[in-house]
Amino acid sequence: MAEAAESPGDPVTASSRPLFAGLSDISISQDIPVEGEITIPMRSRIREFDSSTLNESVQNTVMRDLKAVGKKFMHVLYPRKSNTLLRDWDLWGPLILCVTLALMLQRGSVDSEKDGGPQFAEVFVIVWFGAVTITLNSKLLGGNISFFQSLCVLGYCILPLTVAMLVCRLVLLAEPGPINFMVRLFVVIVMFAWSIVASTAFLADSQPPNRKALAVYPVFLFYFVISWMILTFTP
Amino acid sequence: MAAADELAFHEFEEATNLLAQTPDAATTSRSEPLTLQGHVAVAVDSGGSYGAEDEVEESDKTAVLDRIRGSLLPRPGHNFVRHHLRNRPDLYGPFWICATLAFVLAISGNLTLVLAQRRDPSIHYSPQFHKVTVAGVTIYCYAWLVPLALWGFLRWRKGVRERVGPYTFLETVCVYGYSLFVFIPTVVLWLIPVPWLQWLFGALALALSAAGLVFTLWPVVREDTRLAAAVLLSVIVLLHALLALGCKFYFFQPLPPVHAAPPPQATSLPPSVLLPSTAPRSAST
Repeated sequence: MAEAAESPGDPVTASSRPLFAGLSDISISQDIPVEGEITIPMRSRIREFDSSTLNESVQNTVMRDLKAVGKKFMHVLYPRKSNTLLRDWDLWGPLILCVTLALMLQRGSVDSEKDGGPQFAEVFVIVWFGAVTITLNSKLLGGNISFFQSLCVLGYCILPLTVAMLVCRLVLLAEPGPINFMVRLFVVIVMFAWSIVASTAFLADSQPPNRKALAVYPVFLFYFVISWMILTFTP
Repeated sequence: MAAADELAFHEFEEATNLLAQTPDAATTSRSEPLTLQGHVAVAVDSGGSYGAEDEVEESDKTAVLDRIRGSLLPRPGHNFVRHHLRNRPDLYGPFWICATLAFVLAISGNLTLVLAQRRDPSIHYSPQFHKVTVAGVTIYCYAWLVPLALWGFLRWRKGVRERVGPYTFLETVCVYGYSLFVFIPTVVLWLIPVPWLQWLFGALALALSAAGLVFTLWPVVREDTRLAAAVLLSVIVLLHALLALGCKFYFFQPLPPVHAAPPPQATSLPPSVLLPSTAPRSAST
């Protein structure tokens, strides 16, 4: 086949010669074809798959995304140590939850502008700006979670509080009174605790151990403010 | 030689003890034992500060709690910056203390309204969410713009008189941020609807907070002229008092009169209308 080069690694005789000095002496005496086709057996099938997501019906796309969002909702409602929320992050769920919460916090009757509950924009800003600030905080503290993963987790963990908002709105249809308030208080407290537990289950592992409390406190403040907005809602 | 080796080994033991207490004290885990030992030995000499990967966010739970404790108990000889910050300011404390204070202010103000409504059902309760925005903007502006002005002023004066270096901007922000911590429990205690108790708590918090600021700034300011030092310190205390008073009056308004005036306009009524109606009310409660 090819003429062998002198082996460059001979320690006795190669002390005065640089390494691989003999490589330039290699010559290929025969014609060895060096052109051809690289065929991957799966290639055509992959190409078909790619175009199929472009060509599939809108319903399929929407259902696939909705199923992903629903799966993550289940993970939040039953928090286990799993990586699904972290690995395939998406921001559809937080957006749906934030918009739902902000819409439900709108009051029916329009009071004077200054004296009302949170406006839609205020809720939006608090949720998203708060989540971004907490993410920056945990990154500055040395956490090893990515920006959007953290946003995703914080957003999805608003789900218990959205459920609490729904329950509060239903309870407020009954007559007002101290029992009404106690029921709402109890529901909001339970959901607040659920949110905190769910988010720390995902986020706390990414922090070095002596800074866990520092990273968890802003999350606590964030959900506390949202719980406060839910509790003080009066139609 | 043997003595030097013994010394070196002893320092390394101390270093391992320190490292055992705070696992993140080492800058990089790739450093050889010799450089690590040297680094921590230097750190031990300069008063126990730990090397940090990130100068801005050097903090862990014990450090932050220690700084909060230091701001709560100012002592005359005890310079907050030198003793607690050890020239390693962090931004975690000031930022989150300001955020907490802003939200606690708004929430406590709202709770006061709830409690007032339970006593007098004619008061119209509303969540008053705009107060959160006001509180946030006020506290953050105070805690960041006033240190900026102070730092600028001190740098300008440094040009006038040669002096040991003044504090950096981050250290000033840190001092102000931690000094605001004492207002958080005060604001919660302002829920108690007894007026003289509220004033007492307010005065106490203001005294602690301003004392912390004054004791920290005194070593920097005392080499200046008497006049400049006195003016600066009194301006700082005055601004702090203005903040406390403003918060008390805006978020914890005095009980509104029996007349059908909605609560947000209660402070704009003349005091003569306010006083006779609050006096019998506080007597009856």
